[in-house]
Amino acid sequence: MTDKPLTTDPFYPRDRNWHPPALTPGYKTSVSRSPRLPLVALPQSLSDVTGPVFGHDMLGPLDNDLVRNYAGPGQSAIGERIIVHGRVLDENGRGVPGVLVEVWQANAGGRYRHKKDGYLAPLDPNFGGCGRMITDAEGGYEFRTVKPGPYPWPNGPNEWRPSHIHFSVFGHGFAQRLISQMYFEGDPLIPRCPIVRTIPDPAAIDQLVARLDMNRTVPMDALAYRFDIVLRGRRSTMFENRPEGN
Amino acid sequence: MANEPRYLKETPSQTAGPYVHIGCVPSFAGITGVYPEDPGARMVDDSTRGERITIVGQVIDATGTPLRDALVEIWQADAEGLYPSPAEPRGTADPHFTGWGRQPTDAETGLFRFDTIRPGRVPWPDGRLQAPHVNFWIVARGINIGLSTRMYFPDEPAANADDPVLNMIEQESRRETLVARRDGEVFRFDIRLQGERETVFFDI
Ligand SMILES: [Fe+3]
Repeated sequence: MTDKPLTTDPFYPRDRNWHPPALTPGYKTSVSRSPRLPLVALPQSLSDVTGPVFGHDMLGPLDNDLVRNYAGPGQSAIGERIIVHGRVLDENGRGVPGVLVEVWQANAGGRYRHKKDGYLAPLDPNFGGCGRMITDAEGGYEFRTVKPGPYPWPNGPNEWRPSHIHFSVFGHGFAQRLISQMYFEGDPLIPRCPIVRTIPDPAAIDQLVARLDMNRTVPMDALAYRFDIVLRGRRSTMFENRPEGN
Repeated sequence: MANEPRYLKETPSQTAGPYVHIGCVPSFAGITGVYPEDPGARMVDDSTRGERITIVGQVIDATGTPLRDALVEIWQADAEGLYPSPAEPRGTADPHFTGWGRQPTDAETGLFRFDTIRPGRVPWPDGRLQAPHVNFWIVARGINIGLSTRMYFPDEPAANADDPVLNMIEQESRRETLVARRDGEVFRFDIRLQGERETVFFDI
């Protein structure tokens, strides 16, 4: 039909030793939900290197402001006000534009707005806990929120999650799809957490720890944390001028 | 060494946890008024070309229990076999088809449901045609890194027999874990995380 290539350059292989394995008995739910047979290695085809486009037109003005996007008129969420920002990069160190970044978190008391969360900490009527953004031309993103509280969970007799924000990241190819969690520098609960400890390499864990960034604080208003995200890269640069709109 | 390229490591995965709905399908979690609708909720509109199909299924754990807190995403070609993506080199896909769907499993039944169209055939890098398929990605509490698999159609025996991906699965008996069943009006595709008839998952 055409003489154009039938595929585009594949992503670099995933380093499965850097990611957590499926079975991690310290995190009890993984025991019954982990595949036990080896993954089948699959060369990438168009099915994997393609992905949908997310245009900035899908975003509302408060989508990246969790302090206000669920709050009543004139109200705002309770808690330590913070800005989280960073860049989405690929493994080559290049910023990735047009990435859909979705975040969710507990409120300042460690309680989620979810019917399955029965923690005794109160809900904040002005905090929903979701936000989203699309990275700019340099891969940059930013949102404002309140620092989530730590919370107990029924993995063991006295287990606590460190303060964390969940991230869902949608790059340009379906094979780049990633969900992870961001932690806060200096939190003593990080090394104790069975979910953090599903990751075998301390250097990989460190990659999930956001740094206090005094340069981006808003004086008398909000502290700032810096968190860069790395997606799988590939040799090609052909998608740098990625068009927007669906 | 001079000019030695420095590669970054991919951000390590962490489980989506039990509250993934808040961030990815907030309306499903009862959080309304923040976004107009949950992303990936609609894949087709009235003008989408192709045969309308529905895919339903459950994600089932080692004890045979369906997950009621999972999130399932699919990505597929349009009726002509074109992906609605700027990385699609062969042409422009149907503008009335998103190709991407995201659905939670039902909090009571554990069922997910996608209303979509039957995909066309997509070439393998060597030019052979793959059988029609839908790419799946599954996350949930207890799943440390998203699971990739594919659904094939039971009424495409010839295409399935020649499919390069199905043929890559050494144990022939496992190939059928990727083939949906026709269940009246819908295609039924259950994903078994573990145990007998564990679904084939891919390292892509
Ligand atoms: Fe959490």
